[in-house]
Amino acid sequence: MHLNVQIQQEDFDVADEIEALTTDEAGAVATFTGLVRGGDGITGLVIEHYPGMTEREIRHIAEQAQARWTLITGITIIHRIGRLSVGERIVLVAVASAHRQSAFAACEFLMDYLKTRAPFWKQEARGEALSWVEHRASDDAAAERWRKP
Amino acid sequence: MNVLYFAWVRQKVGRSDEVIEHGPSLRTVGDLALLLASRGGGYAEAFADLRRLRAAVNQHHVGMDAPLAAGDEVAFFPPVTGG
Repeated sequence: MHLNVQIQQEDFDVADEIEALTTDEAGAVATFTGLVRGGDGITGLVIEHYPGMTEREIRHIAEQAQARWTLITGITIIHRIGRLSVGERIVLVAVASAHRQSAFAACEFLMDYLKTRAPFWKQEARGEALSWVEHRASDDAAAERWRKP
Repeated sequence: MNVLYFAWVRQKVGRSDEVIEHGPSLRTVGDLALLLASRGGGYAEAFADLRRLRAAVNQHHVGMDAPLAAGDEVAFFPPVTGG
């Protein structure tokens, strides 16, 4: 399986990433793109991570997805770090698979686990003021439902 | 052991990492957290409520009851908020 994990400051191009996952065996590519949401005075985010552990944890999550949906032919996960403005892309999860069901499901599975396992931390910026984003219990619940038989 | 701090834990303790000698009194991650809390100041603040903290040993998520050994990389941080 093609697995590409990148933690970077720079933006990414979704079309380029879909192209990179396109093979003769792939019948579908599902993508999820997370964006910096505005409102409530938010002007942007500052994202930090635990270098080394982040890549390890994301690879581990991707391997679990591959074991669960064997039709997967490729996974790309890109997560940006540093200072991002409202409207900018934060994260891309792209899954190529023989059929659409596993591509959709794995994409959601990967996002749910990324949110609860990958060591990233966000601060919301309101102009010069920064405040840490609180972990949401609903994210734990979203990841937990994949454990059910 | 190399001890790392992230997000508001780093801000409260005022550093991103430090070396702490492993000894028989540091049997678990929780023992280390209590030692750090006993330093007072920003450390006491950061480690006041261990339920608000998460830990990793050698870059794997662990509970506060996880055992420690000399040479381990130990990290303390808030629950993650990526994605």
